[in-house]
Amino acid sequence: MPLRGDELDTDRIMPARFLRAVSFDGLERHLFEDDRAADPGHAFNDPRYAGASILVVNANFGCGSSREHAPQGLVRAGIRAIVGESFSEIFQGNAAMLGLPCFVASHEAVERLQTLIETTPDVAIAADVTSGAITAGTMRIAATLPAALRDGFVSGQWNPTLMLLDRYDEVRAVADRLPYMNWVIG
Amino acid sequence: MPATLFQKVWDAHAVRTLPSGQTQLFVGLHLVHEVTTPQAFDMMRQQGWRVAFPERTFATVDHIVPTSSQRRPFLDLMAEEMTTALERNCREAGIRLWAPDNDNQGIVHVIGPELGLTQPGMTIACGDSHTSTHGALGAIAFGIGTSQVRDVLASQCLALDPLNVRRIDISGRLNRGVYAKDVILTIIRRLGVQGGVGFAYEYGGSTIDAMTIDERMTICNMSIEGGARIGYVNPDDTTYAFLRGRRFSPAGDAFDRAVAWWRQMASDTSATYADRVTFDATAIEPTVTWGINPGQSVAVSEPIDGDPDDEAFAFMGFRPGQRVRGTRIDVAFIGSCTNGRLSDLEDAAHVVRGHHVAPHVKALVVPGSQAVRRAAEARGLHDVFIEAGFEWRGAGCSMCLGMNQDRLEGRQVSASSSNRNFKGRQGSPTGRTLLMSPAMVAAAAIAGEVVDVREMLEAVPA
Repeated sequence: MPLRGDELDTDRIMPARFLRAVSFDGLERHLFEDDRAADPGHAFNDPRYAGASILVVNANFGCGSSREHAPQGLVRAGIRAIVGESFSEIFQGNAAMLGLPCFVASHEAVERLQTLIETTPDVAIAADVTSGAITAGTMRIAATLPAALRDGFVSGQWNPTLMLLDRYDEVRAVADRLPYMNWVIG
Repeated sequence: MPATLFQKVWDAHAVRTLPSGQTQLFVGLHLVHEVTTPQAFDMMRQQGWRVAFPERTFATVDHIVPTSSQRRPFLDLMAEEMTTALERNCREAGIRLWAPDNDNQGIVHVIGPELGLTQPGMTIACGDSHTSTHGALGAIAFGIGTSQVRDVLASQCLALDPLNVRRIDISGRLNRGVYAKDVILTIIRRLGVQGGVGFAYEYGGSTIDAMTIDERMTICNMSIEGGARIGYVNPDDTTYAFLRGRRFSPAGDAFDRAVAWWRQMASDTSATYADRVTFDATAIEPTVTWGINPGQSVAVSEPIDGDPDDEAFAFMGFRPGQRVRGTRIDVAFIGSCTNGRLSDLEDAAHVVRGHHVAPHVKALVVPGSQAVRRAAEARGLHDVFIEAGFEWRGAGCSMCLGMNQDRLEGRQVSASSSNRNFKGRQGSPTGRTLLMSPAMVAAAAIAGEVVDVREMLEAVPA
């Protein structure tokens, strides 16, 4: 589904009042809640895009707050990949942790893709994490993922927790070398 | 090989290169609050993992806490539930927590430096994008999401790609009525809200050198609004003087040894940068935002330029060429991790003294921490504010993001010392935010509309 606009910040994606909870359950119901209320034609109100799994956005998507509630809501709403002109670093990292790749394509390519979907809402779109190719009908555009994320998605190891837990002795050695680790008092 | 502070800190904390090519980076200080962590602790429980370095994590409650009365149990049931959850999580994990009934509670980015937890040369992570604030003391500090909070709890590490460093030099003396907030708004206006993506911002130059740590924190705090996840200032004598004697600072001989290490970690004078930009501080004026992102700002004397963002004009009700000066306000908010420290309240009180808030304005002062509140009261600032018609509140994030009961209503216009003017940010989907310095907020509260604080200061001794 196409969602036009630059600087769609995470307060827009998930307004702060929906962070008043101790779990992420049900966040998909509140995606863009205020934008949707203000604009009946908002993409997330549009029945033509119901069930969409690829979101196509413009520049600096997900800027602002680091709240993971924003990508959590998108994933829980069935979004499996995002294609955009650019993303905030924190959003892109949070999304990757949830297995949601954020593909970067040129302004021109994104606009063409958005226009195509708006005129042909039932067009099938595929995003290939290995090559970065986005195909929509006969349209094919080149996109990229940061190398580490691409490799993680290709190997299925996008969540680094187990790798981080793997070598405690090396972590301990770094900690022991840091002078301030011995200063904590109080 | 000359290096930047960023490179030195990164190298000192790098555990190894992961198979993905990312760096496994040790996190020296982990700060947590009630909003972005309950799910992380739940994930830990589900996996049966223990917190690896509980002594390196510190917690407080700031985002949702009421600031009108902080007596427990909170009347706001969700605030009570989230606070209780954090209390339980910290108790089980052996993490030190400063809850609202403790003298050290406050906004996480205010209390870290205040307690001396934040130190030069550290890596600092927190589930909050304004973690960049801590860079003011020469730390490499950045915001993370909840899944990464879980990773830090489990391993005290993160998997990250390094950033490039952009050196931002600001030179010259700020004019009266111009503050750190105006400097960072000017930087973001010029470099753009996306200009810092991929960069850590290193701030320096004679203007930064002359600044207090509080002022540097205001600058570093809003790095993220310019797209830079990290912003920092190299540690110097101002930094060391700030840290001396704080609760978690090293004491005695250890302090001197610490200073020697901190000095080493500062960027070498011959370090190379991926990019360099310069600003002339003497040309900076009191600055206000007019739009819906922090890059959409103008000097208070200037008309709004020809930004093509129709959505911003429509939402805010401004026209191109119009001035923000003279805009009637409904709410004045002084506080937040950007401008909720003692010096911010002093700057505002300096303007307020002897005046009264305009009758149609709801004005509130929310100290960034209980320590800030106590220090302000010791100086009688609360009396200045209360006599002028401001509400004097408890410590928390409050109306910066409207997660507690402090929210805009309808299309109200807020003059705010906070950091984000996003649509809906201050708790009303249609509420409008004008970002400015605390002194400018104070001036707007008194006049009932946006004014040039320099004119009010003419009547006040320097």
